[in-house]
Amino acid sequence: MLSRRIIPCLDVRGGRVVKGVRFRDHVDMGDIVDLALRYRDAGADELVFYDIGASPQGRSVDYGWVERVSSLLDIPFCVAGGIRDVATARAVLHAGADKISVNTPALERPALVSELADAFGVQCVVVGIDSLREPDGEWRVRSHTGDPDRTRALPLRTLDWIIEAQRLGAGEVVLNCMDSDGVRRGYDTKQLAAARAVCGVPLVASGGAGTPQHFVEVFRDADVDGVLAASVFHSGAIAIMELKRHLRGQGIEVRDE
Amino acid sequence: MRVALVDAGGANLGSVRYALRRLGVEAQVSADANVIRAADRVILPGVSTAATVMRRLHELDLVETLRNLRQPLLGVCVGMQLLFEHSEEDDTPCLGLLPGRVSKLRSAPGVRIPHMGWNRLEPMRADALVDGIASGAQAYFVHSYAAPVGADCVLACEHGGRFAAVVQRGHVAGAQFHPERSGATGARLLGNFLGSGVA
Repeated sequence: MLSRRIIPCLDVRGGRVVKGVRFRDHVDMGDIVDLALRYRDAGADELVFYDIGASPQGRSVDYGWVERVSSLLDIPFCVAGGIRDVATARAVLHAGADKISVNTPALERPALVSELADAFGVQCVVVGIDSLREPDGEWRVRSHTGDPDRTRALPLRTLDWIIEAQRLGAGEVVLNCMDSDGVRRGYDTKQLAAARAVCGVPLVASGGAGTPQHFVEVFRDADVDGVLAASVFHSGAIAIMELKRHLRGQGIEVRDE
Repeated sequence: MRVALVDAGGANLGSVRYALRRLGVEAQVSADANVIRAADRVILPGVSTAATVMRRLHELDLVETLRNLRQPLLGVCVGMQLLFEHSEEDDTPCLGLLPGRVSKLRSAPGVRIPHMGWNRLEPMRADALVDGIASGAQAYFVHSYAAPVGADCVLACEHGGRFAAVVQRGHVAGAQFHPERSGATGARLLGNFLGSGVA
């Protein structure tokens, strides 16, 4: 049986892992490779590196660190942030990343998703979506969320974008529910269940993890394939091994090691 | 030991090379038929599509080279699928080193395609290639197509239906999962292959 995946997300800037408070005031957390291996040993099933320095300024980045991670890590990892064309994606994948994730660039130019899928196969292409519930009750996407000053509300409904992204070639969708992000009151299972209903490819939940029970709820109530979390793991509030024991106790299949 | 990694353009080439380096082996990445023929072990990795990799093997004039190898050969992911006669993906004729046809995994309620993540391995028969890999060990898969469970299947896996996770026949072997990203289980499989778990 396929295991549900636990995926810590590490913010990377200038070749270091950083921690931001509400996207600002970044604090150095340490060397990328050291932290990647620490999370591997702690039981992470996969890692996401979000290059926060990249996208908002519209610059390309140095991917030497991707190769360093790839050479030492024996679990899969995905690189997000700053990938807006096939050439950059190729550089990241050839440096050793298993998947690349696109968010704002895919909203600006949806054909990018098809180009990436054609070039590398859908299994490498993750579409990240930042979504917010609006006063009319609809979930709609936000772009440029890496920089609070540039974040834009788009008229695109989240569920419509999930359907379109799959049609274009997304092999996985990461849905970050901004209402619950950083609040630690649980994943937005209602929105994620609605997303699940229209998502035939793997769906990863993001935003809101605070307790082990929140993970149980999102797997049980929204049937997501994986969960992404940052602060609860970085702070040590939740240890991945203990989380997995809890999930296993609730009948949720997770990886043993 | 000379290990040749066939440069068929797959993006996981570097990852496989690093996984071998972690086992103390410096593999040579090559599209040169002479280098491949002279190697003690040959690995055919592959990320992308069966058609893309086969086209590249034809362009490089490596198809006959691979078909005529006598030393242990390991195909990884798409590289394993290419060992079979045919892939349903873009209706692609493959190397034909193993009997059978690769077909698309079937989605079903609760079964998402691509099959992505850690899944359990089920022993079908004993083989040196999988020595030390326990029944129920987990490995990392990312794929939408798979080979059937036939006489050559050493480890099977289940996602919607059952498919071949590891195959072996004579000097030819394949892993549908990514050993380079499957922790200790993956390292064990690669180590067994280098120690000549096949043939």
